Order: sequence, then C-alpha cells, then structure tokens
Amino acid sequence: MSERCAVIGIGQTVAKSKREDVSIAGLVREAAVMALEDAGLGFADIDAVVVGKAPDMFEGVMMPELYLAAALGAVGKPMFRVHTAGSVGGSTAIVASHLVASGVHNRVLTVAFEKQSDSDAMWALSVPQPFATPLLAGAGGYFAPIIRAYMHRSGAPRDIGMKVAVKDRLHALKNPYAHLHLPDIDLKMVEDSIMLWDPLHYLEACPSSDGAAAMVIGSESAAAQAESDTGKRPAWIHGMAMRSEPTQFAGRDQVNPRAGRDCAADLYRQAGITTPREDFDMAEVYVPFSWYEPMWLENLGFCAEGDGWKLTEAGATYMEGGDIPWNCSGGVLSSNPIGASGMLRFLETALQIRGLAGEHQVPDARRALGQAYGGGSQFFAMWVVGVDKP
Amino acid sequence: MSTFPGLTSGHRPVGVVSFAQSDLVRREAEHNDVEMLQPVVAEVFGAIGITKDDVGFICSGSTDYLVGGPFSFVTALDAVGVWPPRAESHVEMDGAWALYEAWVLLQEGEIDAALVYCFGRSSPGDLSEIMAVQLDPYYMAPLWPDPTSLAALQAQAMIDAGLATEADFAAVASRARRSALENPKAQVAYDRPVETLLAEDYEVAPLRRHALPPLTDGCAAIVLAAGDRAYELCPRPAFITGIDHRIETHALGARDLTHSPSTKLAGEKAGVAEKPVDVAELHAPYAHQELILTEALGLGEGVDISPSGGALAANPMMSAGLIRIGEASRAIWSGQADRAVAHATSGPCLQQNLVCVLEGV
Repeated sequence: MSERCAVIGIGQTVAKSKREDVSIAGLVREAAVMALEDAGLGFADIDAVVVGKAPDMFEGVMMPELYLAAALGAVGKPMFRVHTAGSVGGSTAIVASHLVASGVHNRVLTVAFEKQSDSDAMWALSVPQPFATPLLAGAGGYFAPIIRAYMHRSGAPRDIGMKVAVKDRLHALKNPYAHLHLPDIDLKMVEDSIMLWDPLHYLEACPSSDGAAAMVIGSESAAAQAESDTGKRPAWIHGMAMRSEPTQFAGRDQVNPRAGRDCAADLYRQAGITTPREDFDMAEVYVPFSWYEPMWLENLGFCAEGDGWKLTEAGATYMEGGDIPWNCSGGVLSSNPIGASGMLRFLETALQIRGLAGEHQVPDARRALGQAYGGGSQFFAMWVVGVDKP
Repeated sequence: MSTFPGLTSGHRPVGVVSFAQSDLVRREAEHNDVEMLQPVVAEVFGAIGITKDDVGFICSGSTDYLVGGPFSFVTALDAVGVWPPRAESHVEMDGAWALYEAWVLLQEGEIDAALVYCFGRSSPGDLSEIMAVQLDPYYMAPLWPDPTSLAALQAQAMIDAGLATEADFAAVASRARRSALENPKAQVAYDRPVETLLAEDYEVAPLRRHALPPLTDGCAAIVLAAGDRAYELCPRPAFITGIDHRIETHALGARDLTHSPSTKLAGEKAGVAEKPVDVAELHAPYAHQELILTEALGLGEGVDISPSGGALAANPMMSAGLIRIGEASRAIWSGQADRAVAHATSGPCLQQNLVCVLEGV
C-alpha cells in the first residue's frame, strides 16, 4: 500500500429478523450516521461512498445503491457498488480502503447491508438456471457435504460443530448488536435442535438477519484529525488481500481451498505475520455454519492441517480461557445480514483495536485478523488491523 | 526512456493497452455468458501476447437481474480460469467502473497490469420490466415505469425548456447510425436523413424509434498496464490522464433532467477542458442524452462524437460504458486522436456518470 489508512469511524445497526420500522434507506443510513458521528464527521466530510451487498434478489431491488445515493449523502460524489458473494462485506471494505491507500481520496464511507426480511434469501439462491443443477437447499445444503468431508478427513468427533455453536452464542451475549441472544445455550440445546443438513443442526446455522454495517476509512491526516476530535484511536490497516478460485474443477479442494491459503499468505506477508496464533490477539472469521471454525483455523494457518478441531475442542477460541479468541462479537452464527456479514467481521476487528468493543472487548488487543468468504468458498477477503501505525 | 502524458498530480501513468468485444447482437442464444466471454478474454490477451498469468488483478462488471439468477459473475470467472487463485473483484455496475477499481489499485504500484471485463444480455428477459426493478422500491418500482418512458420524460423536459427539438434528436440518431456503418461490431447502422427519421411513429412521445437504443447481447474486455509495462505491451498506449465518476439523487422529481451536473463535475475532475478533445465516445442510450452530455462536458465543434455510433449502434447492458473506453482507446492507438474522452452512464435518465480522459504520446 502506498499511503497509510485506518478505520476512523464505526457504525452498525442491531441485527434482527425483521426491521419493519425502517426502509432499506433508513437501515443503511442508521449505520452510516453512527459511523460518521463516531469519527466526528458529517456527510459533507466524505469524499466517496462504497456500498456492498450480496445478490440483489435478496431484496428484489436491482442495483439498490442507485436509489440509496441521497440516503448515504453521495449526491455529487463518487458512489461505488461491490458484489463478490458472501465475502462482499469484506471486499467492500477493501475497495473503500484502496481508494484511500491509493491517495485518490482522504475519507471514504463504506456501507454494507442486507434486509433479508424483504425477500427470501434461500429461494433467491435457488432460482433455476439453464444447464445448471439447482441449489434447492440453500447455502447449508451446499456446505454440509464439504463439512462431512472435513470430518472424514480430520477424524474430528461429531460434537465439534456444536461446541462452536455454543461458544459463538455465549460471545453474542456480550454484544448488544447481535441478533441471537440465547442465554440458556448449551450443547444439549444445540443437539436437541432439528437436524437441517447432516451434520448441521438448526442451531449450528446462522440466522437470517436485517442489518447494516458502516465504516469511515481515513488517510493518515484524516486519522490524526479524527483522533484529536473524538479521543478515539484509529485502527490502522496493516494489510488487505482478496483471492478467488474457480467454482468447479477436478482437484479443487473445497475443504481447505487454496484461494483462502493464498489470500492469507499474501496478507501475512504485507502485515509481517509469521505465526498467526501468536501474532493475533483476536480474529473475526466468517463462520456461518459451525464447522467452518475448525476448517478456517487450518486454512488461515492457526494450526496444522487436520488439527483445527483440536483447538476448538480445547476451548482455544473462547474469549475467556482461550489464547486466540475467535468471533467475540458472536460471529455470523449470531447475526447474518448477509451482505453486511463480511463487513461486520472487519468492523469488529477495528472495534477491538480501538478498544471500543465494550463487554466483548479482548483486553489490550493490538493486532486482529478479519476474514470473509463467499460463494462455494471460492472467494476470500481478509485484512489485518492494528494499534501501531504500519 | 518512456514518455508519459501530463497526469493529474501524483497519479501513476496507467494506459489502456488492449480491448476486445464480442459481436453485439440482438440475441445471443447459442452461448451462455461464459462461452460469450471466453473468446473475448482470449482475444484481449492474445492481441498483446500475454496471458492471465501476466495480470495482477481482475475486475468484472455485471448484474444478476439480466441473468435472472444470483451470482452471475461467479461462473463468468471461468472465462478467465483463475487457477492458481487470483486477486479478483466484481462490481454490480458497468465495466467502466470495474476499470476504475482496477485503475485505483494500479495507482498503488504493487501490480503493473490488470484485466477488466463485463457482460450482459438483454435477450433472456424483458428489459423494460427488468429495469423498472432498478428504481426506488417503495415509490417508483411499484409503478413499473420502463426506461424508455423515463427517458421520454427527460426528452420532453428538454423540449419544454427550449433546449432541443425532435429534429435535434433525429439529427443525433442519423449521424450516429451513419458513423456506425464504419463499425463492424455495430448492431444498428444505416444512412437515413433526418426527415426520414422524423416520419417514424412515436415509441413514447417525444421519442421515435430512432432515438432508442437497440436491445443488445454482448461483452467486452480491456487490459490496463502501468508505466513502462504499458509501452512493452502497446506502441502507443491510451493513457488515462483523468478519471472520475459522480452520482445524482435517484428521485427524478428532485433533478433537473435537462442537465447532467454529475457528468459536468466528473468532467471537470477528469480535466476534460484542460486541452482540446479530438474524439468523445459517449454512452448516451437515448439520442437526446447525447445533447445533454456534450453540453455537460463542454464538447464543441471539432470534436468527433461517438465515431463508433455509440450506444445507439449497440447497447449491451453493463458493457456499453466500458466499450466507450475501448473505442476511445482505439482512436488513440490508431493516431486518429491524441486526446479522447470516454463516458459511461448508469441509472435512470443519466443518474450516474463516469468520465475518462485518454491521451497518446
């Protein structure tokens, strides 16, 4: 990156099943205004707006950023729309950050959202296409066989996924913005929930949420200004990377995709990370289905291949008692406004680095990893943020 | 030592070094999007003797609603074949904005070349219904206004304001379709005088058939390269000396439809008026919109407007903007122009506009 850049403002809505009190414009504006106020800024201070969301059929509005231009204060400014499947929230933050890192802009507002209650995401994913196998079971049905392949390959016991489901929901109890607050969550509750896609029980899957996330990305001078105006420190971006691989071809490893490994390698090179488990104080990783925690622990190099489930089983990813807290916010398993879910991962790392995560704050978090994936796990977006200026 | 044109301060010189487009046709029924794209991607690389391994970034533009299914860009990536995995991104916008994203990344200096591609087919659905879903979902989309009716409101506003006449619209269409006779990719090209065009029936008054864009299936691709790499790949790269894009409010009632302040501002930021312009490729789907754009960009006599025929010759959704940049670049490569302007638009009645200034040395 040529210019230093940082997260200087953060906003998010409470995630819930139905935000019937607001339009799509009202939803995104809520997060955007909160991010601007956090940075001590107004819409007039923003140079460009970058919007991300998952497929437009999730709301039934084609290219909705056009209609959102005024609500996001973008009139007379550059407005940009990113769509890279489930990784989009992360990709959107990266595209916005490059606008600052390249020196093109000084302050960029980036917003991601989904208002799933306006439509039905599962069936929007399953529109029949000529000459293609319909994906009639939604995302869970797609990922369940890949998870079974992981279990077979690693020899992981069947309860690992349930342990992740419990852990992330316990974390969510500390996050007032999380959609699911299940105070009685335990292994039995997960096990007793209906089996949706073997081995995934209902409580091992993410919810459907309405929600929006927003960040202000600023240059070095914008970060200094925001810090002096608000007294809140910036979260410096130490590296960012995206990788994609083909959806289908003979030999593609869908359990441990090379695009994810390559993306992490590029990211770690930029950020000077050599031993992720030691170098990061926390991570927010896209885990929409419970088993993706152990799978991504391996893919992101937190342990050797085949050992991810052992870390989960040992409680290493717990906020309390774990050495590498994962998804302190409750993660995608606790809030899933799809288009915003990736940005929430990135946003939560910035919140931690700025020391503003409240009850789910990891003490003295100095360097954090944000990761998002999408499609059939062939799209990856990642960043590293830290307290220290890179 | 390579020489580069004067750039907006601090910008790294980045040029268009290759451009390819599919046949632009009413109905591409025999090939799916990947099959339509694959030869175009092969051509854009093959023309300059490189492969996907030589670009550090890939960015595409498309929209799901044309395909009628989610994630239209996912399988399209197979036209490139991203193995080993690649740094790649996608915009739900015209490919011109995908090019903008690639240009931004090239500014940072980590990579020296990028592939941009885009695709869109109008034929699988009813475009007049599909585009209505692009409008404000609460107040406009439920009325199902089609794009031609909205454009007609804009054209009527121009007439009411005394800014243009129906004969002016016909003159634009007559010139564009005549220019298109020289464009082997053009879908609609003819040599008809204004009087003949004015004898057509109205489609939606005051717009007659000639003032409307054709329905087009097609795709396009561009390779961008930075600094010396641009000269290695192209004897006379079309360097981007300025590029900017701006949006207006979506609410048509809150806009003065007879002018395009977003185009004007983007043109100023891109430095259009700093030096004379030889060629301007404008993305004006409806004939009257060319008049709004030439005014907004301050393009006077002596500027060759849309020698390709522009969007009136062929209007592949999500690609017509990038194709303008490609056509303007070709004018630079051939020496026909030293300085060219390319424009892309999105949204109803020119809501969002991108302006790109290209120069050859």
